[in-house]
Formats: sequence, structure tokens, C-alpha cells
Amino acid sequence: MTTEKVGRAYLRGDSRAHVADAHVGKGQKPLLRITLYSLRHPWQASIAIGATIIASVLQLMIPRLLGHAVDQAQGILSTGAEGAQQALLWSAMILLGVSVARGFFTLAQNYYSEAVGHQVGYELRLAFYDKVQRLSYSYHDKVHTGDLITMGLLDLDGVRMFFSTGLVRTVLLTVLIGVGAFMLLSTDWLLGLLALSFVPFVAWRSSVAQLTLRATWVTLQDKLSAMTRVMEENLGGIRVVRAFSAQKFELAKFDRASKEALELSHDRVNIRVRNTSAMTFSFFTAMGLVLWFGGNKVIAGDMSVGTLASFLTFMTILQMPVRQLGLMVNSFARASTCGDRLFAFLDEPLAIEDAPGVPDLKVTKGTLKFEDVHFTYPGANHPTLDGVSFEAKAGQTVGIVGAPGSGKSTLAHLIPRFYDVSGGKITIDGQDVSQVSLQSLRRSVAVVQQDSFLFTTTIENNIAYGDPWSKETKIEKAAESAQLHNYIMGLPADYDTVVGERGVSLSGGQRQRLSIARSLVLKPAIMVFDDSTAAIDAGTEHRIRSAMRRYASNRVTLIISHRLSSLMHADTILFLDDGKIVERGSHEELLAKGGRYSALYDLQTRPTEDLEIGSAAQ
Amino acid sequence: MSAIEEDERDVASFPGQRPPRASVGSHRIEEEVFGKAYDPKTVRRIWAFVRPYRTKIYLSVISVLVFTATQLAIPLIIGRAIDTGMVKGGDATHLLWAVGAFAVAVLVNFGASYVQETQVGAVAENVLFDMRRAMFAQLQRVSLSFMDKTEVGRLMSRLQGDVNSMQEFLETSVLSVGDIVLLVGIVVVLLTLDFRLGLLTLSTMPVLFIVRIFWLPPAKRAFWAAHETNSITAGAMAEGINGVRTVQNLDRQKVNFDLYDDKAYNNLLTQLTGSRFAQVMVPIVDSLTGAAMAIVVVVGGSLVLNGGLEIGVIVTFLFYIQRFFDPIRSLTMQYSIMQRAMTSGRRITEVLDIPASINDKPDAVVLTRDMDGSVEFKDVVFGYSADRPVLKHVSFKVKPGETVALVGPTGSGKTSAMSLVHRFYEVQSGAVLVGGHDVRDITQESLGEQVAMVLQEPFLFTGSVFDNIRYNKASATLDDVIAAAKAVGAHEFISRLPGGYDSVLEQRGSNLSLGQRQLLSFARALVADAKILVLDEATANIDSYTERQIQKALLILLEGRTGMVIAHRLATIRGADRIIVLQNGELIETGNHDELMDLNGLYAKLYNMNYSSFDDIPDEMIAGSGPKAAST
Ligand SMILES: Nc1ncnc2c1ncn2[C@@H]1O[C@H](COP(=O)(O)OP(=O)(O)O)[C@@H](O)[C@H]1O
Ligand SMILES: Nc1ncnc2c1ncn2[C@@H]1O[C@H](COP(=O)(O)OP(=O)(O)O)[C@@H](O)[C@H]1O
Ligand SMILES: [Mg+2]
Ligand SMILES: [Mg+2]
Repeated sequence: MTTEKVGRAYLRGDSRAHVADAHVGKGQKPLLRITLYSLRHPWQASIAIGATIIASVLQLMIPRLLGHAVDQAQGILSTGAEGAQQALLWSAMILLGVSVARGFFTLAQNYYSEAVGHQVGYELRLAFYDKVQRLSYSYHDKVHTGDLITMGLLDLDGVRMFFSTGLVRTVLLTVLIGVGAFMLLSTDWLLGLLALSFVPFVAWRSSVAQLTLRATWVTLQDKLSAMTRVMEENLGGIRVVRAFSAQKFELAKFDRASKEALELSHDRVNIRVRNTSAMTFSFFTAMGLVLWFGGNKVIAGDMSVGTLASFLTFMTILQMPVRQLGLMVNSFARASTCGDRLFAFLDEPLAIEDAPGVPDLKVTKGTLKFEDVHFTYPGANHPTLDGVSFEAKAGQTVGIVGAPGSGKSTLAHLIPRFYDVSGGKITIDGQDVSQVSLQSLRRSVAVVQQDSFLFTTTIENNIAYGDPWSKETKIEKAAESAQLHNYIMGLPADYDTVVGERGVSLSGGQRQRLSIARSLVLKPAIMVFDDSTAAIDAGTEHRIRSAMRRYASNRVTLIISHRLSSLMHADTILFLDDGKIVERGSHEELLAKGGRYSALYDLQTRPTEDLEIGSAAQ
Repeated sequence: MSAIEEDERDVASFPGQRPPRASVGSHRIEEEVFGKAYDPKTVRRIWAFVRPYRTKIYLSVISVLVFTATQLAIPLIIGRAIDTGMVKGGDATHLLWAVGAFAVAVLVNFGASYVQETQVGAVAENVLFDMRRAMFAQLQRVSLSFMDKTEVGRLMSRLQGDVNSMQEFLETSVLSVGDIVLLVGIVVVLLTLDFRLGLLTLSTMPVLFIVRIFWLPPAKRAFWAAHETNSITAGAMAEGINGVRTVQNLDRQKVNFDLYDDKAYNNLLTQLTGSRFAQVMVPIVDSLTGAAMAIVVVVGGSLVLNGGLEIGVIVTFLFYIQRFFDPIRSLTMQYSIMQRAMTSGRRITEVLDIPASINDKPDAVVLTRDMDGSVEFKDVVFGYSADRPVLKHVSFKVKPGETVALVGPTGSGKTSAMSLVHRFYEVQSGAVLVGGHDVRDITQESLGEQVAMVLQEPFLFTGSVFDNIRYNKASATLDDVIAAAKAVGAHEFISRLPGGYDSVLEQRGSNLSLGQRQLLSFARALVADAKILVLDEATANIDSYTERQIQKALLILLEGRTGMVIAHRLATIRGADRIIVLQNGELIETGNHDELMDLNGLYAKLYNMNYSSFDDIPDEMIAGSGPKAAST
């Protein structure tokens, strides 16, 4: 199912090479790095820059030609009416020709500089997406998803557009203002100075304004995302809001966030308007001066009306690029802020990646072993796992119990190397999980998470998410094992029913079963259920387990659960407390031992009087 | 022992091949983008938001007109200056007058542009924020049944995207007034200055109109396609970020990369096409400008040579030609902006018009802390849709200070019954009474203050641990918060966090374990200090030992309060003052543990089987015993 059109392959290039090329210019200042990155499209970039130069020179010719024509019309330059007519016709032809040519070169300038920007955007998007997928859990733990999305959209745009709005514009403005100034000054230095008098003022004003705007833009962005967060959390947690009758509280929270953002927006409008008005004013003042002094020169006979007209036209041509100086400054400032952030992200070292030349994991017997495993979350001062050792052979089931926060989920996350252990090691058939390729490891270990994320797509696609090539029979088999098949067949479009945020909403138990089916498709050698049956009733859970047992003869199963009946039949039960295994053994052994497990079991089965709720109320 | 049997898999035949189930990101095509550009009903609704600022709008329209007038005047003044005495040895007083007039025009221009831009900008921003607030406030009122059916993402796009396109519309429409006036003004001025030359010059204008009429439909499609693929790519990226843990868990990175690449590449192509459509107008406009200038030079120049026209007029003409095509360009764009604004306006009014199905009665009672705390269900019938009742004629009474346990299999209607105590939904018939008043006669706010709930799924907000536990109970002190945290056994882990109670939760608590999040939401309900406490499987992700600690603490906390507890573990249930057994939406048994044991019904049967939890009872067992008469 490839959709690639061969004819355009040159545009696309090799996608994976683009990702590798994101490191071009690593360590350089962001602006230089973006420039180097953009110049990877040399011929488009050269056309853009060449066309820019030609287009601006052509544009500068127009006032000259017009002034010339004005003088011709007065019959100043030629002798005889016949000659003057002829000259006018020529002037008109040249004017038309120059205008048309300028149009086409401007087209080339704009199109090719945008094209470079789009290409760069395409390549950076791939590099960004790839990086998002590679960075480990510990990175995603500390960075807010909203911030990442902003980076992938806004920062990337800032970088992508630097070529057209920063670099090409610099060329354009340099030629227009530089050559223009030269032409004006060489014609008449006094009028030239007057005509250009507004340039430094406007350049200074607009640069200052843009820098201020730039700084407030970053603040505004923060305020707006705070407001977005308030709205999103309010709507997502609407039941909590209603349950606490917190509507007024939430509205006040929203108003606070919104007021700050609004005030800042108003400030920005004011800064912008004050500056554009002042700039326009200074431009017209200069024009008035030119008119006054130029007019006097004409009267004194030192200058022709045509020259004056060409000065005035010049000024209208210069007005636009001079105002654009501000945008150019803005583009530089934006690109360097955005570039800083984006490149820092792209260069972020991967906490977890394949060591060079590591082999694939070879599962032979299927033995999972924890050897004195220690783990502390980055930034935490208390170890989450503190010397955990155990072994599980193929076909065995290990149950894990413990209070919230005792480290059960953390333990599960270490096996597929979502985090790296801080001490000790985890091995599968004697191979250290950090010494095998991540892909082979994660294909062999499936963790059914506590809270399951579903993708907005059909049920079939969700189940086949880990292996989109699997045959339908396999998907159905997995759904059957997860006791979900019958429910799916009752849906309007059975396996093609869309689920996720935009599809039919599944109950907690159904979501959990879907994510079990999703893991079963992978046929992992090690399967971990992280409290993933809490919302499934025990009868169904029992049927799931018996269905799975048929395949599980060579699989290690880890079950984390608060429901002791779920792990009663496990070969070994580990009791975790504050990152340490405090008891281990089979259900019977642990009961016989009369320790904490047995106390827990008693609590779940035989209530004692002292913990009745409500008795004090009487 | 490879985990994958090859016969069950169509493998990729070469690297980078796309799988048959190519799904990454999801995207809903926005409806009706090329709809009407003017819809009176929507415009009236939008106007309601603009009305409070109408004086500012009038002011800015006036300044736009003044501004346009000065723009028209400046070339005229220059032309006049040239024609009156600007010849060798001419009279400088005329020039002085002209420069004076120029200065006045420039000053007026400055003032008008300042007033217009600040006013328009401020009004547009204000309207944008007002609309967003109105929608947000409305969403606080709409019924939960509406929210159940609506995705957050969709509402967010209305709260953000749609209001932004309204803002764009407001800003540009005032400017459009100026554009229209400028266009008409230029035409009038050119024709008055010299009718023949004016007519000839203006003949280039219809050409642009015609070109744009042909250009617009395909260009609009191209721009739309670029916009669509852009948001598709952005959507796929957002999904990749939100689901990154699952993606890594299932090792799907390579496939997703290829699929994303397809979307991003397709986006590249549509962007380039869009760019081509946008830029193709440049040479056309430039050529037409050149043609107009050529006409003025040839025709006007000959007239001047023959003495039929003054040279200043030519200069004036040349000045106007420079800006002649701008208004046409922006006016044709304005049409698309209006279309978009109408669509957005309709979506905004849709949100504003969602009925708030649950309203306070005008004479509703305010429930106070000293109400007795009783809860009564009187023959309640309730369903999420009219034809499928979830609760069928349920009646029971919870006396003040009592603790009642609700038990029953999943889907029997326990959560739904508790939602009714809080009036999340309206009953179909019968009544729910709290403190002796029908909940429909009580203000919703005071009801909420007296009924605290711990919901099945914990939900935390961005902010510190303290803010989360205190939530909207502004009067709660740090001591209250710590007491609640201690009661649920959360104090210890909170103290261990780097900032203690001030530590900010990452992404709504992703640095906490799920059980810990549940403890926090439990503590939040305790701090609310309500007369009635509803616990909906509040301890499902918590082990029995911790649960027991919580129960001990609750003994003290529930003193003088009414408790309603949904639970599965028999240990929790047994101690309740009364137990209500629900099955299939019907109340089948009620009484305390001993009474129910004596009754020898479903509860007794289940209890005697010594299961640790109702969840552990096989379905067949429950299905076997039919509903029995209620007894108390
Ligand atoms: N991403 C994280 N960053 C920092 N600390 C974490 C993170 N996830 C969990 N923790 C902390 O580690 C401890 C163990 O958590 P976890 O393994 O999820 O417990 P559980 O046994 O309930 O599954 C808890 O104290 C929790 O606060
Ligand atoms: N928001 C909802 N919209 C429609 N149906 C619902 C909703 N919530 C629950 N239901 C349905 O109502 C019935 C009772 O559900 P619930 O009260 O949650 O049961 P319990 O809490 O006893 O498990 C179930 O069939 C469930 O599918
Ligand atoms: Mg956990
Ligand atoms: Mg429920």
C-alpha cells in the first residue's frame, strides 16, 4: 500500500536520512544551524536568492522610468513632438516589460523561498516525530504533552519560515535600501538625504517594537496555554466539577487566566499600533520635506518635475520594505528562540537506546530474572525499588501485591526497559535487557497498563496496533481470549466500529479487555498485567485467564492486583512494601506463615468488628 | 520459541512498506466550509456580542473613512503642488500652501489610523474573550448527558479555533469598509481628473476581477486542502505525543513513522500547490500595474505634449496606480473570511444554545449544614434514554447519620443511583429527597456543598497537592488538608515528595501511582466537609490493608454524617448500618447484615459462599436468584 509517486521522489528524498540530517550543524548557534539546514536545498535556495536580487533591481528601475516619462511628456528631453511621442512609446514599452519581468521574478522569489521553508518543515517534522517516539518515559514524565505539541507546531514554524521571512527578506531589503539609497543620493544628495530621513527612524522603531512584541509574545503564549489548560481540565473533569459544585470556582479560575491574557493582548495591540502609526507619520513627514525642498528646486530651475516625481515614487516603493525591517527582526528573534528550543529537543540525548551493535533478544527457555534491582526516579530522593530479586520460569505466574506507591508499576516498567535500573540487573534467559535491541525486547514483553490509552480508530486497528500485519483470524482469536469478541459482534459495525475519544465510549472494563487483546496479538514471552483487571468482574477475569492458559505454557505471566483471588493461583506471590519484597511464596505457604499476606487475606475474607464503618455513628 | 507464528502474519516484504491497517492520527473533516457568506440569524447573534462595544465600532468606521479620505487626498495634493507654479521661476507661495495642506492631511491620517487600529483591535479582542467566556460558562450549565456524548477536543476547537476566526472577521470587516471606499474613491477621482485617461486606466481593473473570478474557486480549494492536510499532520503528531507510552509499549514506532511520513509528505505537496496558487497572482497584478502605467505614459504623455493635460495629473495618476489593486485583492479575500466566520458563528451559537436541562427553580431552597442529612428515593425510575430504564421503581430511605452500603453486580445501576442524589440527571418519575426536600426544589450549588463524592475514576488538576485537596473549599486551611491526607493515608507519601504539599503535580498526577491519585481524590472529598458523603468504589485501586486504614479514619469522620458507600469487598459492606442490594436496576433486598442473613436471600447466599468480594461471584450465581420483596 505505498502511495509514493515516483515522479516526485526527488522532493521527498529518503525519510530516514532526513531524521539523521537533523543533526546538521549541531552545536552551532540556532540561526546558523537553520541556515545550513535550509541550504540543503541548494538549487531552490539559489533560485530564490537570485530572483530576489533581480526582482528588487527591476523594482528600483520603475521610479526612474516613471520620472523619465514625466520629463518626456513635458517635451524636455527631446526635440520635436514626433520624437517625444516616439520616446513616450518606448518608455511605456520598457515600463510594461520591466513590470512583467519584475512580477515573474517576484513569483520565483516568493515561491522558491516558501518551497525551501516547506521542505525544511517536512524534514524537521519527521525528525521531531521520530524523536518524540524515541525519547524514554522519563523524558515524557517531565515534559507536558501540551508543551511538546506547541513545540512541534509553533516552534517548528518559526524555524521553518526563517529562510523566507528572515534570510530572503534580508537580501531583498539590503538590495532595495542599499541600491535605492545610492541611486537617490547620487541624483541629488540633499533630496536623497531627506527622502531617506525616515529610514533610520522607522528601522529603529520597528526593531524595538518587534523585540518588545517578541518578548510579550512568549509571555502571552504561556498565558494562553494556561487558559487552555483550565478549559481542558474543566471539560475533562466535568464530573468532579459538578460533584463539588465548583462551577463558580472554575469560572473564577478561567476569568483570572483569561483576564491576564486579554490585558496582555491589549498591550500588544497598543504597542503595535503606536509604532505603525509613528512610522507612517515619519514617512509622510519625509515626503513633505521632499515635496517642499524639491518643489523649491524645481522653481529655482535646479531640478526637473520628473526627477521630483521619481523621488516621490521611490519613497512609496521604499515604504514597504522599511516597514518590513521590523518583520525581519522579528523573524530573526523568533527563529533563534524557537530554534533554541527545537534543536535542544532534537539533540536531547536518548536516555534509553540500543547500545551499538547489540544483538536481538533470543528467547529460548523464557526465564525472567531480577537480580538485586534498585531504582530511583530522576529527581526523587527516595528509592522506589530497593533490592528486588526474583526469578520466574516459562509457564509460571508471579503475583505481586502491595500498597499504592510500593513500586509495583515501576517494577513492571523496568522489564521492557521503559526506564533503566539504577542498580542490579534484569535478565531474560541470561541476557541483560540493557544489552539486547529494544525492538526485540519490547516485542517479547507486553505490559497491559493500568490506564489504557485507546487510539481513535476502529477496534480492529486498535487490537492490531502492535502488529498491523496480523491476519483477521488472529485478531478475533485475541478478542475471544480477552472475552471481548461477543461484545464487539454486538456493535453496529462490529470490528470496524470506531472507538477512542471520537468513537463509541467503552466502559472501564471493556477498555481493559481491549488492551489485553492488543497485547495478546503480540504473543509475548513475558506478559505483565498491571492492575489491569480492576474494572473487570472476577468471573470474566477467570475466563480470560483460562483462555490464555492455553497459549501460556511457555510464557511468564506477572499479575499485579489488589484482588487476591486473581493471584491466589500464582506460583509465587511477592509482597512489595516500599520497594522491597517483604514476603514471598505460594498462597498456601504465605497463609501458613501468618505474615502480612495472610493478614491481608483475612481482611478481604473475614471482617473483624473493629473495622466496621458507621458503627460509631450510632 | 519466537512469539510470532509466521502463518498468522502478512509480513512486510520490504522495509518501509505500509501495513494494511494504516492508522495514525484521526481527523474529522470540518463540515460546510464553503457555506453562505451571509446568514442573518448568525449575524444577529454575533452582533449581540459586538453591541456593547458599538460606540467603538462606529468610531473606528468613522476613522477608517477619514483615513481613506486622506489616503485619497495625498496624491491629489502632490499633483496640485506640481501643477500650480512648480515651474522654473514659479511662485513659491502655492508650494507653501500645498505643503501646508499636505501636513494637515498627514496629521489627520496619523490620528485616524491610530484611532481606527486601536479601536478595532481592542473590540475584536474583547469580543473574542467574551464569546469564549459565554461558551465556557454555558458548558458549566449544560446537562451531563450532553457532556457524556461530546468529546472534549471538539468543544475545545470551538472555544479556540472558532472564536479566532470570528476575531479575524471583525478586524478585517472594518478594514473592508475602508477598502470599498478607497476603491470607489480612486475610480471617482481618476474619472474627474480626466475622464478619457481615467476610463482607459481603469479598463485594467475588470481584467483583474475576471482573472480572480476564475482563480478563486480552485485557489480556495487548494488553500483548503493545505489547511486540511496541515491539521491532519498536526493531529497525527498530537496522537503520537499523547499515546507515546502505548506506542513504545507495543513497539509501533517504525510503522507510525512511515504512516506519519505519508501524511507529512502529502502536506508538503498541498502546501506547495497552495503556494503556487497564491503566488501566481503576483505577476498578473504586476503586469496589469505595468499596463496601466504604460497607458498613462503613452496616452497621458501625448495629452500633456498637446497641452490637453497638466503634468501634475500624470503624477497623480501614477501614484494611484501603485495602490489601485490592493483593495481588490483584499476584498476578494474578505469573501472567504466571511464564509469561514459564518460557519464558526454557527458553531459558536450551537454551543450557546445547548439547553441547560437542569435549572434551579426560582424559589429553590438553600440547603444548609444543619439539615438532617437524610436521603430518600421514592419510587424512582431513571434511564439515560427514555426507553431503557436503568433504575426501576427504586425506593429506600437513609436516616440521618446512617451509613448505607450499595451492593450489586457491575451495571446494576449503583453509580447511576448516586448521580441522582447529586441531581446530575433528572429522574423520569418518582423523587429523590435530600434533607427532606425534593432535590428539584434545592439550589444546585447548596446541594453540591452538602453532598461530597469520591468518583470511581480519580481526576486531578494541574496545580499543587494542596490546591488539589482543597479544591474549591476556600476556607480549608493547611491543617484541614493535612488531616484529610492523614485520614486516607496519603500524608506519608505526600511528605516524601520533593515539595511536600506544595509540590506541583506533573500532568495531573502522572508522577504518582494510580492508587495514590485515588487517595488524593478521596482526601478532597473529606476536606469538602459535607453532610453526606458518597463513595463510589473509592478504593478499587487500593489494597485491602490501606482500605482498612481509611475505614478506621472514616469511623471518626462519618460521625454525625450520612454515608453512602458503593463497594465490593464484603469486609467493607458487612459493617454498614444497612445494606441495599441492587440487581438489574431493581432493589431486591435491604436491611442490616443480620437481617439480610435472616432473610436468607441473595445476600445471605453470597455471604455464605465465603467469597471475598461480590466481584468474585460467578454471573450464573447471581442470575439464578430472582428479585425478592424489599424488607426493612
Ligand atoms: N513518573 C514518575 N516520576 C516520579 N515518581 C514516580 C513516577 N511514577 C511513580 N512515582 C513514584 O514512585 C512510587 C511507586 O509508584 P508505582 O510503582 O506507580 O506504585 P504502585 O505500586 O502503586 O504501582 C510512588 O511513590 C510514586 O509517587
Ligand atoms: N453516562 C451514561 N450514558 C448512558 N448509559 C450509561 C451511562 N452510565 C451508565 N450507563 C449504563 O447504565 C447502566 C448502569 O450503570 P452504572 O450505574 O454505572 O452501574 P454500576 O455502577 O452499578 O456498575 C449500565 O448498563 C451502563 O451501561
Ligand atoms: Mg500502579
Ligand atoms: Mg459504577
